[in-house]
Amino acid sequence: MIEIKDIEKLAELSRINVSDEEKKTFLKDIESILSYVDQIKTVVGGADMTMSRQGAELVNIFREDKDCHDSGQFTEALIESAPEKENGYIKVKKIL
Amino acid sequence: MIDLKNMNISKAHDHLMKGDFKAVELAQSYLDRIEKSDHDINAYLEIFSDVLNQAEEADRRIAKKEGGLLSGIPLAIKDNILIKERKCSASSKMLAHYVAPYDSTAVKKLKDAGAVFLGRTNMDEFAMGGSTENSAFGPTKNPHDLSRVPGGSSGGSAAAVASDEALASLGSDTGGSVRQPASFCGVVGLKPTYGSVSRYGLMAMGSSLDQIGPITKTVADAEIIFSVIKGKDIMDSTTMETADLKTADSKNIRIGIPTDFVDTEGIDETTLKNFNDSLDKFKSMGYEVKNINLPNVKYSLAVYYTIMPAEVSSNMARFDGLRYGLHVSGKNLIEDYFLTRKAGLGKEVRRRIILGAYVLSSGYYDAYYNKANFVRTLIKNDYAEAFRKFDIIATPTAPSPAFKIGEKSDNPLEMYLSDMFTTPANIAGIPAISLPSGFKAGEKNLPLGIQLMSNYGREDILFRAGKDFLGE
Repeated sequence: MIEIKDIEKLAELSRINVSDEEKKTFLKDIESILSYVDQIKTVVGGADMTMSRQGAELVNIFREDKDCHDSGQFTEALIESAPEKENGYIKVKKIL
Repeated sequence: MIDLKNMNISKAHDHLMKGDFKAVELAQSYLDRIEKSDHDINAYLEIFSDVLNQAEEADRRIAKKEGGLLSGIPLAIKDNILIKERKCSASSKMLAHYVAPYDSTAVKKLKDAGAVFLGRTNMDEFAMGGSTENSAFGPTKNPHDLSRVPGGSSGGSAAAVASDEALASLGSDTGGSVRQPASFCGVVGLKPTYGSVSRYGLMAMGSSLDQIGPITKTVADAEIIFSVIKGKDIMDSTTMETADLKTADSKNIRIGIPTDFVDTEGIDETTLKNFNDSLDKFKSMGYEVKNINLPNVKYSLAVYYTIMPAEVSSNMARFDGLRYGLHVSGKNLIEDYFLTRKAGLGKEVRRRIILGAYVLSSGYYDAYYNKANFVRTLIKNDYAEAFRKFDIIATPTAPSPAFKIGEKSDNPLEMYLSDMFTTPANIAGIPAISLPSGFKAGEKNLPLGIQLMSNYGREDILFRAGKDFLGE
């Protein structure tokens, strides 16, 4: 059964601040959703999950690594969207 | 005065070509209509300030005989589909001031065909919801009854078309987000075959499920827009080369009804009756209608609410407050993430991210995510088998007509259940269309819809049957 500490752990992994009150609501909601979703467990089969991955049907769809666009062609437009930027770079807080 | 009520794309195109009115006049008529009614409906987040300039450009192309079928046609675009140099917020505080640096492929194709964009329409935040109540900018109202929801997540796009605030619109459909609002608002909504329309420039929600589709007043209009936006795109590796649309013949179309799945607890009685009446109509037109058993399709909603949140939790990770969108500054980088995502993402989005993280987490991955993928394969097989004997599988689009604003907003599972008939097509990747099928008995303002599904790439069968059904 899912508990408050699970919600806290998942929220932390998801980088989301959740208030104490919201933890309770999310716990209740997620419990009720999971109790509905649990019906898939009654379907027989599926032990060999590789069968369901459809891996065999996949082919490489990446383009060849050549004929790229010119370096810097889109830089300005994309950097423009960043909340903090400096000299063509996205600015972030120091990590170390 | 242009008669917007009885207008459709082909008619408008004819009038524009004959010079009965100009694209500028048509655009102005829609702007007037929006001015008059959108204060109540709230279908739009923004009306573009250059609508008349776009229409003038369309008039110039028409005058030079360069105009395509969509030249001067006024459209509304769901706010998760990028239009270059315009705001695109996905109805989220996270992207309230985000300006798109490029055109989505669908929009680029519409632009090339000469369409005029009226504005961007309201939606559930990041397309997560079935009522448009999850918009960070206030709910959209159903034009047929302002106390009810328009459906969702493409509620603004459906409401705009239903209220003649746009001639047609684009929505996106991950689990029914085009078809369910089309049904609630009494208009046509198409979810094309997975991979037939490029998602480049569509904000990703559930990447194995998402598809852009048109919301229109007629089936012919849906066909016109679909023909313009479909096709392989190097920018979306899931797109496929689509052959030119075949033309299905009305003769010998066989409709299968998954009776056990449709006649279930939770379906509104008058919705079921309306559905059966619609089937009688098909029979009277010479369609063969028979029952079929699709044993695994009833698990679609459970599969959907496992796979979709898993994909959401991954897709939403990009909103880190660094590269675009909202940024809330904390003491250090990790605190920036937490504060930004708390301030920027609404409750339903955060709930789905957490649920998705759960079904993907070590210890539960096999029981939920992997199991759901296995059942997904069984559902696909059910349809593959069914389409050997039938051309169409039909269900109601939604288990009930539009519900009241606030009725389900505190109970997410209850809200999710309104997707029960629409999620199977996304799970299987097949095309599906919602057609207006009349109104709830005794209530002239509660539209209902019938949903038709066909095999991969066979939108033509849906268009044929849809035109027959609506008498087009």
